[in-house]
Order: sequence, then structure tokens, then C-alpha cells
Amino acid sequence: MFNPQLNNKGNLNHLLSIEGLSKEKIIQVLDTAESFLKIGERDVKKVPILRGKTVCNVFFENSTRTRTTFEIAAKRLSADVINLNVTTSSQSKGETILDTINNLIAMNADIFVVRHPSSGAAHFIASHVKPNIHIINAGDGNHSHPTQGLLDAFTIRKYKTNFNKLKVAIVGDILNSRVARSNIHALNILGVPEIRVIAPKTLLPYEIEKLGVHVFHDIDKGLKDADVIMMLRIQNERMDGIMLPSPEEYFKTYGLNQARLDLAKKDAIVMHPGPMNRGVEIDSAVADSEQSVILPQVTFGIAVRMAVMAILAGQHL
Amino acid sequence: MNLPNAENLIEKLKDKINEMIDDKTVLIGVQSGGELILERILPGLKNAVVTGSIDTSFYRDDFSSRGLKIKNKPSKINTEINGKHIILIDDVFSTGRTVRAAMNEIFDYGRPKKITLAVLINRNEQELPIVPQICIEKISLRKDQHLELILDENKKFTFQLKESHV
Repeated sequence: MFNPQLNNKGNLNHLLSIEGLSKEKIIQVLDTAESFLKIGERDVKKVPILRGKTVCNVFFENSTRTRTTFEIAAKRLSADVINLNVTTSSQSKGETILDTINNLIAMNADIFVVRHPSSGAAHFIASHVKPNIHIINAGDGNHSHPTQGLLDAFTIRKYKTNFNKLKVAIVGDILNSRVARSNIHALNILGVPEIRVIAPKTLLPYEIEKLGVHVFHDIDKGLKDADVIMMLRIQNERMDGIMLPSPEEYFKTYGLNQARLDLAKKDAIVMHPGPMNRGVEIDSAVADSEQSVILPQVTFGIAVRMAVMAILAGQHL
Repeated sequence: MNLPNAENLIEKLKDKINEMIDDKTVLIGVQSGGELILERILPGLKNAVVTGSIDTSFYRDDFSSRGLKIKNKPSKINTEINGKHIILIDDVFSTGRTVRAAMNEIFDYGRPKKITLAVLINRNEQELPIVPQICIEKISLRKDQHLELILDENKKFTFQLKESHV
């Protein structure tokens, strides 16, 4: 099957989605990230491997955390970084995506980190650039957010060591979540035997079971004996009464509070991709509890993004 | 060809290092060969010394032609190195490029007073003005011959010669 992420040697040339990655490729990223995590603990948090390269963060959609962690990751690799917030610049003047990208290539950019509200945008760009240009998908529509999937896998491995005995519960707006899709694919590839999705029917995609997950509408049943709980952000714009009645109602039926957390295993970890809505999908005390690994996820995200950029930049032969 | 006895070379290297160490010495093994040598000689050293290991993947000068190849573990230098005497240990010295990368990394941890390079074998292929101060044996090999230090299942060190077919 044609896989636009891989070059003719089967190596990773772009990172567009978790789908199509082998277990070995994912493990390679996680192992490499382990080395970069150590760099972040030093006084001098910088290595020279991307010296002279230019990384462009091209964001057609708002983001603070993802863009910042990509920027820190690139800078720690000694790359030069350009941040482009396209929502406020050329696109509003009528420029096409490809023209924007081609202009940046003409300025000798090497790696593009792209976020776009349309699913497939990163694939589209990757299929139109020369082989020595690398595209990293930082989120496209509700399709994929592969570095989030990888950093979540890294986080789980840090706390749980092995994937092959875990019960992982993903709770919230699965329908609109590229994070959920990337995580489901990553966990399946890594051999997690039981992936559960917990959501009201209005927030579940049609035939989600076909991705190999167990569906729960009752959070209490879904969290029972879970090792990992991944909470998803409920976007405020969904609270218009069609998808969900109100934030209070959602918290009452699907919010993660201590009593519900106690239904999971004693050593279960709580994850969230951020930004979180305290009191909507997660109780404040749970977000700050010992079981929460939400802030380590951010730290690990830098190491994982460093690993992805270093691996891609080494594949231009 | 007859390869030198690795166990004998390591024993001699240990004696040479013993002559140099004091309480300001930090021994750092270059992964993976240098780290294995360091583990072996550590119990026979006269002073208790601080040790670490270094993986030079992120500092190599051939990243743009070879890409990222991480086979080793993360570097482990969990000690203050400012003002210390670092003895950098590796199995085989050839061009000096690994040592350059290792020194660049070391300077991202601090400013040592002195760095000494100690190796078992020098292949006489220097491409940089870097020379090991401690070297037990010199041998000349063809460019396509790769000399590898192996720790076998009986915990004995041996050298193996591999030829790369380009």
C-alpha cells in the first residue's frame, strides 16, 4: 500500500498519521525520545544536530502548547525556528496553502510543522513537496495528531513499562477528537489488549467499534479496573444543546471525579492532552492528584517531538 | 591477521589509568565499548572514582550524511565535572571524530580542568588533531575493516574483525 510518510527505503520521511507506522518505527521514536529526555535535564539543554536547519511552524489553526513544544524541541536541536500564524496573515489575503509553503521553501526551510482545520491538509502538502522537505502533522481536522499519539504512548510506557496487559479508557468527545483517533491507532499497534471509549452517543463516531475498541456509555462501568484513563477536552463550542445539554450536566454524567477514579486500578494514571476544562471533563482535585501525569505529558512531548524531527531530518538521502 | 588479546590490553589499560587517578578524576566510557571496559576495570582501581558514560549520536559530524543512528543508551554524566580531570575511555581510536563529538558533549555539562583520552587500540587513521595519550597498541587496518570489541557469554573480551562490503 502506498504510504506517503515513508521514502523508497521504507524510512520515515514525513510524520502524517499513526496509521501506517509499524510497531518498530513507533518504538524507535520512543527509544530516541528517551535519550532526548535526558538532554532536557541538563544545564545546557541543547544538542547541535539540526544546526543550520530551519523549522517552520505553520499553524492554520490556533494552538499554544503544541506550537510552543515544537518550538522548544526545534531550538533544543539547534535549528532556527519560524512561527507562522497563518490565520492572521497571508491566507486572509487569499494565498493558497501550497503557495504559502512554497514561499517558505524558497526561504530554505527544511521541516514544516503544520496544523490545519481540514483533515488531510498535511498529506496534501507532503505530496507536493520535494523529497528533502519534511512535513510533520501537528493536527489536521478531526483526523490525526500523531505526535500527541506518540507522546501519550511514551507517557504510558514511562509509567506502565509494557503495553501488552493494559486496559486503557479514553473518555469524552471521541467524535471530534484527532487525539483519540491517533491514540487508538497507536495503542492498537503497540499491542494494548483492551481499549475502551467512553462517551455519550452524540460524541461517538459511527462504527467506532471497527477500530477495535469497546464502547461504553456508562463511565462507571467503563473505568472499572482501567490502568490508564485518557480524558479528552470538551470544546466549549459543542455546548450548544445539540451535542450536550450543559457543562454542569456533562460533568455530572461523564466528568472524572475521585469516586470514579477509585473504580480504576489503584495505580491508574490520569492523562489529558490539554488544555483542560476543570469542572467540565475533569475535577480539579483529580487533575492535581498524585495519579495525574498531565504535566509530565507536556515535558515528554518535547522529547518526543525532538526525536521525530531528528529522525526525519536524517532521512534525506 | 592475528588480533591482539583484548583481555591483556584491558589489564594494561587499567594499570595505566591507576597511575593517573586521584579524587578529582571522573572516568567516562564512550558507549558501548568504552563503557564495557570501564565496568570491567572499575573494581581494580586504587581510588573510588566517579564514572559516567557517553553516547555521541547527537553530536556527530556525519549526521547529515548518515542520519540519526541511536543504538546506545542515553549519556549518563550525573556528576559535577567543572574543574575535574576526565579520562575518556574508548576501545578503538581511528579518525578522532567520535572523540571530538564526545568532547563537545562533555563541554555542555561543564568545564573540566583536563581531558585525557585512553584507548586500547589506535588504528592510525587520524583525520583531526586529536591523539590518545594512553594507547596500549597500534595496528593498521584497511578502511573497509571494522574492529569490534565483543564481550562474550563467558564475560571474556575479544576483538572481531568485520569487513564492510560497500
